[in-house]
Amino acid sequence: MSDVTVHADEHVHHPFLQHQFEDLGQQHEASTLGMWVFLATEILFFGGVLMAYWIYRTIYPEAWALAGEQQNTLAGGINTLVLITSSLTMALAVRTAQLGSRRATLVFLFATMLFGATFLGIKAYEYNAHWHEGLFPGSHFTWHENPELAPKVQLFMVFYWGMTGLHALHMVIGVGLLVWIISRAWRSHFGPEYYSPVEVMGLYWHFVDIVWIFLFPFLYLIPHFGVLHG
Amino acid sequence: MTSVTYHDVQFLEPAKTRNYLNVDYGALSWLLTKDHKRIGILYMVSISVMFILGGFFALMMRLELLTPEGDLLTSDTYNKFFTLHGIIMIFFFLIPSIPAVLGNFILPIQLGAKDLAFPRINLLSWYLYMIGAFTGLLVVIIGGVDTGWTFYTPFSTQYSNTHVIGTTFGAFIVGFSSILTGLNFIVTIHRMRAPGLTWYRLPLFVWAMYATSLVQLLATPILAITLVMLMIERFIHVGIFDPALGGDPLLFQHMFWFYSHPAVYIMILPAMGVASEVVAAFTRKKIFGYTFVAYSSLAIAFLGFLVWAHHMFVAGISVYSAMIFSFLSYFVAVPSAIKVFNWTATLYKGSVSWQTPMLYILGFIGLFTMGGVTGLFLAALGLDVHVTDTYFVVAHFHYIMVGGAVMGYFAGLHYWWPKITGRMYPEWWARLGALLVFVGFNLTFFPQFILGYLGMPRRYHAYAPEFQVLNVMSTAGASILAVGYMLPLVYLLWSLRFGRKAGTNPWGAVGLEWTTSSPPPKDNFHETPVVTWEAYDYPAMLKAMGETQNV
Repeated sequence: MSDVTVHADEHVHHPFLQHQFEDLGQQHEASTLGMWVFLATEILFFGGVLMAYWIYRTIYPEAWALAGEQQNTLAGGINTLVLITSSLTMALAVRTAQLGSRRATLVFLFATMLFGATFLGIKAYEYNAHWHEGLFPGSHFTWHENPELAPKVQLFMVFYWGMTGLHALHMVIGVGLLVWIISRAWRSHFGPEYYSPVEVMGLYWHFVDIVWIFLFPFLYLIPHFGVLHG
Repeated sequence: MTSVTYHDVQFLEPAKTRNYLNVDYGALSWLLTKDHKRIGILYMVSISVMFILGGFFALMMRLELLTPEGDLLTSDTYNKFFTLHGIIMIFFFLIPSIPAVLGNFILPIQLGAKDLAFPRINLLSWYLYMIGAFTGLLVVIIGGVDTGWTFYTPFSTQYSNTHVIGTTFGAFIVGFSSILTGLNFIVTIHRMRAPGLTWYRLPLFVWAMYATSLVQLLATPILAITLVMLMIERFIHVGIFDPALGGDPLLFQHMFWFYSHPAVYIMILPAMGVASEVVAAFTRKKIFGYTFVAYSSLAIAFLGFLVWAHHMFVAGISVYSAMIFSFLSYFVAVPSAIKVFNWTATLYKGSVSWQTPMLYILGFIGLFTMGGVTGLFLAALGLDVHVTDTYFVVAHFHYIMVGGAVMGYFAGLHYWWPKITGRMYPEWWARLGALLVFVGFNLTFFPQFILGYLGMPRRYHAYAPEFQVLNVMSTAGASILAVGYMLPLVYLLWSLRFGRKAGTNPWGAVGLEWTTSSPPPKDNFHETPVVTWEAYDYPAMLKAMGETQNV
């Protein structure tokens, strides 16, 4: 019988191997699969609100077009660029962590965090502008141009604030996680044997980026498409 | 190649090593535990409290309905009671019941793993549950909520003056706890099976939990985002779902049922998994049609996503889409029926023993079948219009959720109780409890089918006098049911101290959980097991035992 028994204590334990796993390979596969599964949940989460957005865009094209005109396409465009670049630096951070070059990993992680913060800064600037234009839904909402469309324009702004707000919340969490990953990279935790946290972080970051790749055209570029200029 | 059968595995001698219960002591060793077994116990205690609370509201409703007049509760109080009963029983009891208690405890052991893939996330899920549950309790204390568990708009967002935001926030938070449990199970099943434990050697409970987890992962986020929109609408008074402000209340119903119909399968699939375990163990047979039972779980999970609008036949959806949803709803009956036929076929020529888990599961099979067949009535477009919002619907979903899911939970609780605690429950009392639950349940809910068909609407505290006889029967049944549910609470607690020592494998059952000591050691197994036998290999086991006896 003894020939079919696996002895757990034959392994030399890596300091970051958690007790429930047999080896680092299993741990890595579990971590990455866990993040993929989590992202599937996230897709449904954002998918639900995107669907609701799309339904109202179909019902109220004029209001959507007017509200779309209020968006600062330049700021949104710059932010798109910033995020795509941050995804590049994130991917490079994963690669360099895998190769075990601590210095490069730190540089790329720090750059990613900086781009993330830049995105949030620009977003805050846009939010501030919308707030002062009276485009925050609720009792302060002001829309004089065509009063009959006001509730529908407000509905667009509900989706705008809701969707970008959820996205920004994910960005804030992402930046927070980056601080933690950077501190671990600083303490030389990562190398060719163990880099799962960086890779899992990367998966999350790319997902949040991809969400924006949907939000930018939905909220900035196409609300008026096919109505005012089409 | 030498074949190693289940019987050759060396059984662990119990109690020679420290187990998960006595490895350390103190409140913090429980509140900060990352052990899936202890987290399962934490869940068990928490959901039991919620079950009692939800049961209290149900009993109060049944007492009110003893007489046609609304004399015990005002209509406002009654509205709050049925709302709280529904919310507590669904979000805080049934959804976590089998997955978070029995799944947490048993699933990693059935896989031969030391723990779930993410123990800290598992603990986090319990804390999220507790935050949600305390929010719910707070709402109960400060005045309740009266929207019905369905939170239909625009009543919930514009008109109700009760604590809608608090309640939906609680449900929102508890949703994440459910998602994290599902995530943990999926990764654990994929990545942490013991050597030799191939997919087709997995216990069917694992298949059922896998299907359940898929639904938790893919449906719950939709509820979450829907509740976020509802909270936004109520908080700042904009018209996401309010027709007066340009919103669409039907959209809320679509999104709500996109979660809440699959949620029925979050509740019933785990009970089906328990049924497969118990039927095989107490008939001493391989489960009939293993692959069919396994894949029917996935089929139910998949089809469950395609039928949500059958809750909305009278809500003003197009008649063509209603016809399609009606048609698709029939399909769910196919995999469900496959399971029932396979369990029944397993019983055929089995050496059936009448232990408590088996009694509950036999009850489960009958009641689930009743619930399923009346579900077909409701899937039929024309008949559904006749019985919408009547007690027929109430009876139907209680046959599924109480007759199905709760019976399954009690079956599993009794089946694995010796493993969890190391003690046997008192069999005679437990059989009495199972009998009372079965009798009480039928007496409570069967009259409601008739009441509903005769036209008694749900959610009113008063009714026409001609309905009284059947309502008195129903209330009488509810009191029997209450006794049936209180009994386990007493004798299970009693058994913790006075129960007979269970030993490793009290049922003589096949499965990795029955190869480790009761209660299991902290890491479940002293050595990672290697699986060389097929699931439910009772014939081989019986053969081996027979040979031992002949020697």
